[in-house]
Amino acid sequence: MKSVIKGNSAVAHGVRLARAQVIAAYPITPQTSIIEDLASFVAQGQLRATFVKVESEHSALAACIGAASAGARVFTATSAQGLALMHELIHWAAGARLPIVLADVNRAMAPGWSIWTDQNDTLSQRDTGWMQVYCASSQEVLDSVVQAYKVSEKVLLPTMIVLDAFFLSHTHEVVDIPEQELVDRFLPPLDLPLKLDIQRPGAFGNLVFPDRYMEFRYKIELAHREALEVWRQVDEEWGRLTGRSYGLVDSYKVEDADTVLLTAGTPASTARVAVDRLREEGLAVGVVRLRVFRPFPGADLARVLAGRRRVVVLDRNCSYGHHGIFHQETKSALYDLPERRRPQLVGVIAGLGGRDITAGDIAAILRKASHGELAPVSWWNVLQPEEELEAAVACK
Amino acid sequence: MSSLAVNVELPELQNPLMPYLRQDRIPHIWCPGCGIGTSLNAFIRALDEMQFDLNKLAVVSGIGCTGRVAGYLNVDSFHTTHGRAIPFATGLKLGNPDLKVVVYSGDGDLFAIGGNHFIHAARRNMDLFVVCVNNFTYGMTGGQVAPTTPLGATQTTMPYGNFEPPFNLPYLADSCGAVYVARWTVYHVRQLTRAFKEGLSKKGFVFLEVLSPCPTLYSRRNRLGDGVEQLKYYKEKSVVKNGADTRDVGLSFQGDIVVGTFVNRERPTWLEAMNEHFSQRFGDRYQPYGVHRED
Ligand SMILES: Cc1ncc(C[n+]2csc(CCOP(=O)(O)OP(=O)(O)O)c2C)c(N)n1
Ligand code: SF4
Ligand SMILES: [Mg+2]
Repeated sequence: MKSVIKGNSAVAHGVRLARAQVIAAYPITPQTSIIEDLASFVAQGQLRATFVKVESEHSALAACIGAASAGARVFTATSAQGLALMHELIHWAAGARLPIVLADVNRAMAPGWSIWTDQNDTLSQRDTGWMQVYCASSQEVLDSVVQAYKVSEKVLLPTMIVLDAFFLSHTHEVVDIPEQELVDRFLPPLDLPLKLDIQRPGAFGNLVFPDRYMEFRYKIELAHREALEVWRQVDEEWGRLTGRSYGLVDSYKVEDADTVLLTAGTPASTARVAVDRLREEGLAVGVVRLRVFRPFPGADLARVLAGRRRVVVLDRNCSYGHHGIFHQETKSALYDLPERRRPQLVGVIAGLGGRDITAGDIAAILRKASHGELAPVSWWNVLQPEEELEAAVACK
Repeated sequence: MSSLAVNVELPELQNPLMPYLRQDRIPHIWCPGCGIGTSLNAFIRALDEMQFDLNKLAVVSGIGCTGRVAGYLNVDSFHTTHGRAIPFATGLKLGNPDLKVVVYSGDGDLFAIGGNHFIHAARRNMDLFVVCVNNFTYGMTGGQVAPTTPLGATQTTMPYGNFEPPFNLPYLADSCGAVYVARWTVYHVRQLTRAFKEGLSKKGFVFLEVLSPCPTLYSRRNRLGDGVEQLKYYKEKSVVKNGADTRDVGLSFQGDIVVGTFVNRERPTWLEAMNEHFSQRFGDRYQPYGVHRED
């Protein structure tokens, strides 16, 4: 059934269709309407599940870990400060190999308090062992939630579904909401191989000595390697059922492109508009969107980018003291290419704290890059400290 | 538009309490009929009537509509993270024991995500004045169930009424060891001002609960009318019982409200207890912390 819904509602529908059984969450803007929708689905009997609004995000993820350890399909959602507060348990969920699905609405971290989007909240969780999927449309959000349960339950790793604050979470788009029966065919009920079970008593979360700890961790790494293939298969299977699949990386007009913009999240959709505009001006440009970020599809990236002259990585995030995170990661993916096929790489940081990244911005970035006028690393549309002081004085 | 024939020169009028506010932050975000501003007015009046030395005052808030108080007050103020106002304030007090530290925050902030900090600060008798604006809801995030929502009240995450029993906040504070516990509503502006003065003068862990309407979310969702309707409710259903047993002051949906000063007792503060403890142990070798010597 086609409906016009927000990105946040798309998350809630995905969770309803996946028949999550325990939902524990804490409100935070701009995530809150996800859990409000779920609370009403549960109250109205559209989803047979327990919904509990706990006393913090730390408790929310702890409750999900408890429920998942008992074999339930679980869900939680959060943003920024909430995700940071969960951090201890984010590690735990992956270490305990629980197939939890969490939706994070990308929001900038405080201080300065901001409710607007950037990617530093989720990217700070990069090394926890979770899988991460960055979405660019409400339809993709719904589809990715359902896919995530399937992948997570196969490889026993948790997944973070990521959507940009407001640009995606609160924007209404047409979404095809699949029938329950179709999703049931795709996603069988959860049957965890190992769970807390009174018939087969076991102790979870025990102390591990140096003679075993590394093996546990190595298995997480192996699971990530397997997960790359599983994401591909699950996405294709979903494509056969619904006609919609997204790939691990999603590219637009790159085959003959000279300069390619690489980014994640909704700026990738904006970039398509910019690319169409620039193609009319005769510039050979394209866009690559990184959708699945963990497991990292480095080989896929290298394949689509090999032979391009230039790649501009647009990061709505920063690893302070180094540079944009997708920039660093892309660079590492391209290092193994033979030198003549290896593109020149530049990184641009833009749109932190929800500053708009317009098609005009992206066109200007690509135009500069095509003429070789972009520094290897730069910040876009940002005041220098002295200009900022002047602007502040002018305000007063 | 009609225009007046006579041009009257009006003198510049300013509310005498305006200097207590950061005027560059005004207009504030609070909705018409919201009680947070009324509570702040009572607080400012107390400061003014006491001629409180503002250089000795710090106001710490968590996050929420109430949390905005820290940003509007023209004193040293600290807008912290959600739930952590009390630990930030504890550090502030220990770092500069000369300060009077007031924590001003919402019911969700202080008793859901920050609940653990509240009970421990009360237990230690940390020298903090904690003001909770209780509007029975999470105002800032749009009206979700709070640990104070009365049974039966509707909230976005409890669309058919709340079935979780709420905290009785004065009882919680009392049983954890607070030395002063009072509750008023924003209808009781005079008593509230007096309670603020008492709280500012008292040493140790002081707790003041201020019942306050949230017409935009709590009242509307429960069809309780506007801010004025809530004030009428406070007026009609409040019973003053100073010294009441805090076990008996729990609240129910639109039910009776017991207000008053419930607890006022003495107990060494955490810093006093620490100084006493180490002085006994080490005698003159120990130099008490945060105490100014006359020499
Ligand atoms: C870690 C974290 N989780 C969630 C939030 C979102 N949040 C902001 S205010 C608030 C609740 C506020 O309720 P309350 O303390 O009662 O204040 P009120 O707005 O009602 O005055 C929440 C959940 C946050 N800022 N940080
Ligand atoms: S939402 Fe409620 S608590 Fe927040 S400012 Fe409006 S009336 Fe006050
Ligand atoms: Mg509140």
